[in-house]
Amino acid sequence: MKKSEIPDPFAAQRSKCGYETIDDQNDPVTMLLRHKDVRKTAHNYKTFTSETIPGRIVVPSEVNIRDTRQIPFEVDPPKHGAYRSVLEAWFKRPINADYQEALTTIVSSIIEEMLAKESLEVVNEFALPLQSRALTLLLNTPFKESEIWISWGTHVFRSEGEALDADKAIVLYDYIDRELDRAIANPSDDLYSVLMQSDFDGRKLTKEEAKGVMVLTFAGGRDTVINAVTNAIAYFADHPESLERLRKEPEIITNAVEEMIRYFSPLTHMGRVVTENTIVCEHAAKADSRVSLCWASANRDENVFENPNEIVLDRKINPHVGFGFSHHNCLGATHARQIMRILVKEFSEKIKSIDILDMKENIEKWGKFQRKVGYHKISVKFNATTQ
Amino acid sequence: MAKITFITSDEQRITLEGYSGSVMALAVENGIKGIDGDCGGVCSCATCHVHVAPEDLSKTGEASEIEADMLELDDDTDQYSRLSCQLQISEELDGLVLRVAK
Ligand code: FES
Repeated sequence: MKKSEIPDPFAAQRSKCGYETIDDQNDPVTMLLRHKDVRKTAHNYKTFTSETIPGRIVVPSEVNIRDTRQIPFEVDPPKHGAYRSVLEAWFKRPINADYQEALTTIVSSIIEEMLAKESLEVVNEFALPLQSRALTLLLNTPFKESEIWISWGTHVFRSEGEALDADKAIVLYDYIDRELDRAIANPSDDLYSVLMQSDFDGRKLTKEEAKGVMVLTFAGGRDTVINAVTNAIAYFADHPESLERLRKEPEIITNAVEEMIRYFSPLTHMGRVVTENTIVCEHAAKADSRVSLCWASANRDENVFENPNEIVLDRKINPHVGFGFSHHNCLGATHARQIMRILVKEFSEKIKSIDILDMKENIEKWGKFQRKVGYHKISVKFNATTQ
Repeated sequence: MAKITFITSDEQRITLEGYSGSVMALAVENGIKGIDGDCGGVCSCATCHVHVAPEDLSKTGEASEIEADMLELDDDTDQYSRLSCQLQISEELDGLVLRVAK
């Protein structure tokens, strides 16, 4: 098995019955494994709601460690759409040329920096700083803020081996509170200030609502981006021929990135709470129970994807759900896509090959499933295209 | 070459000339409001949803199964709906009129 391979632990169960119930702090979750069920359930917000006790749709559940409702993540239509329309223009800024230019500078300088090293540990020395520096663009905050975020380490909510860590969450909440107070006292042109001045439903957004957006922005885009970046590097280490192909055919970079998102599925699954007794995938789902939409399994569904366990760089039709699906699809996707597109482009131009020196996989446990989602650590050496 | 007209949600009519590639790419390059093409045209995002003018259905042909499944779960879908990333520009599309979905 190649080191970068991410096996699909769900295949047998997906074809056998299509779901599996797992425990989570005495609030069990039925994981839905088939592409069709995942998409249909994601679309049907009336029966499968996101608007429940804050933290309950997350697996592992965060109900015991937070009260702040993440927005628009934990709100359903029509209110969800109203929040989304307040945020949409801001979160689409990554399509602008100047944003992409600034992001290219960030990506290319960290690659240059790492090329000079004999070896580097990708998660902490590359992916985390890159994710944090790129986030300063999304938030429109000074570049220097990224140093604080880097100092928090890879897991704001999670610590090694542990599911949840309330102390670390408090660090983030306190930080966001302070930043919002600053934005209220001295508004600037950063996201905090823009949120506090936003109109919603004939009034301004409240501080609690703005906090909900900020927590989502920080938490949702951290592990996920770090995993995507790290997995991409591991993939290129095993496939120098892909770097060469992308160098020669940059026009397939967009497809390649969508394909990586499908294959990596940086977020394994996301929950919903059932609002009425119903049937999903021939399984009786009771009101007030939880189901989850297993993006990682849906993205390997052999009924939808040919050669699902291979990265096909120029896959043309790719209805993956790596950024979720329907109303609640990822708010940060435009930003994440640009990071990945620029990263792949810069990599293909600057790097000839990558040697993996040492690694420790990050394996999640979901009931009987063990899923590799990325790496705790992976030490590599970058070799430049021109020496 | 094909002339393709887009009607945006604010009732602007914009006619563009395209030579190759997808209708989505043509729209994105020209900043047609409401067509974002987030996934770059791989049938994953539905941000390129358009309604084909009824009289032009013969020009565009039918959606593939994967495209139809995607549309079925998008809001505002009707029998004229298509994902514009799945429409390849050719002479056959000349004169096509598309209404950008909400
Ligand atoms: S551009 Fe994403 S589905 Fe058409």
